[in-house]
Amino acid sequence: MKFTEEHEWLRDEDGEMVVGITVHAAEQLGDVVFVELPEVGTVVSKDDEIVVIESVKAASDILAPVDGEITEVNEMLVDNPGKVNDDPQGEAWFFKMTVSDPSQLEELMDEAAYQKFIA
Amino acid sequence: MSDDLHTPLYDLHVELGAKMVPFAGYAMPVQYPMGVMGEHNHTRSAAGLFDVSHMGQVTLSGASWEAVAQAFETLVPQDVLGLGDGRQRYGFFTNDAGGIEDDLMFARRGDDLLVVVNAACKGADIARMRAALEPAVTVTELDDRALIAVQGPGAEAAVAGLDTRAARMRFMDVADLELDGVAVWASRSGYTGEDGYEISVAATEAEALVRRLLAQDGVAPIGLGARDSLRLEAGLCLYGHDIDTTTTPAEGGLMWAVQKVRRAGGDRAGGFPGAGTALVTPARKRVGLLPEGRAPMREGVAIYADETATDPVGHVTSGGFGPTVGGPVAMGYVSVDQASVGTALWGEVRGKRMPVQVAALPFVPANFKR
Repeated sequence: MKFTEEHEWLRDEDGEMVVGITVHAAEQLGDVVFVELPEVGTVVSKDDEIVVIESVKAASDILAPVDGEITEVNEMLVDNPGKVNDDPQGEAWFFKMTVSDPSQLEELMDEAAYQKFIA
Repeated sequence: MSDDLHTPLYDLHVELGAKMVPFAGYAMPVQYPMGVMGEHNHTRSAAGLFDVSHMGQVTLSGASWEAVAQAFETLVPQDVLGLGDGRQRYGFFTNDAGGIEDDLMFARRGDDLLVVVNAACKGADIARMRAALEPAVTVTELDDRALIAVQGPGAEAAVAGLDTRAARMRFMDVADLELDGVAVWASRSGYTGEDGYEISVAATEAEALVRRLLAQDGVAPIGLGARDSLRLEAGLCLYGHDIDTTTTPAEGGLMWAVQKVRRAGGDRAGGFPGAGTALVTPARKRVGLLPEGRAPMREGVAIYADETATDPVGHVTSGGFGPTVGGPVAMGYVSVDQASVGTALWGEVRGKRMPVQVAALPFVPANFKR
């Protein structure tokens, strides 16, 4: 898994990236009550705001971690946003995307670097 | 945060694992490890204990009850003179334009008036009272007392467990109690829509009392996060958001808190700042707003009459997720012709118009002990 400084994780699944937020981010957010997902087919650039997560107190964004195209979104989160708190690095992934510039992946942190980043 | 003031319960909050945030000049607990949603639900189903010591406690005393009450009526549109001994009322300071300078609770304790005001406004409130009332009335800030709220269906058992007299108090009664040997002033009130008490205690005894209350069945510490969602579901105004110096009591839907005797035609009508405008039928009104779907509509969201209208008919003043309602809830101002319950409107969230309906307040029925 790769990690961003925005507390997202990326997992390679047959060349596509599955993207979610880290356990650390989910704890900071508190109880998630609403998730607004992007549309499949949206072409995104790194750092575009593509997902809105609302917790009890505030709204926050998830940024596109790399350039690419959204290929699938996790509709389960629409009806069950609390899953983000229960299983942020498992079932509660947000979207899958293709990567148009693989070199951008090399700039991301590995698990050890991320743990150091949040320590 | 180092410049923020501490309440007498600061060390206990930290010990209990609270996340502390700056609020109105104080370091206050926004949530404990239970989390905002858990704390909200706990208060609705059992009992929540809140530190509200940042609020201002002030006593007004003078030659007689009549002298104090009549003096206070020059600052508020409430019936103060008619307040019975041991009773409390909700009120507000108005300004010359009829706007609300602060909202407050006032209680009669013998010949004295105990006034509780918001933390952010207390300096201005005390200056206002001193300028208008002294020297005939003595204004004393009680900065050596803490204030604790115990709220929820389990509040009576928890407080009456320490002094059985607490169970005999009715909504908005005030009384002197002795909670496990600690002398306190208690009122049967709060700001969550639940039955409960607000307890004023000497700062030096606050921590011991809170530990004793937390040891009672079902009592858990609750932070500002859940306090906000509870009061929003209860349809209660947050000063500086739902009401402020630019909103009148009539616009704020607070005419229920202006007794007949102080209204036009009443025996003691007028005589407070902005009396000519504060109570006049307004062009806009505070309403409950129930967004369709799951997206919360927060403070600042513009409200439109239809999906394509260019000019808003109002805006949200506080909104978020209501854990008891199980969905988004909001309050805001809309023009009076759009203010009837059931009116279909649109709120613009992140550039998208979403349907929202004018709804009756409160969103969650009050659970007061009448």
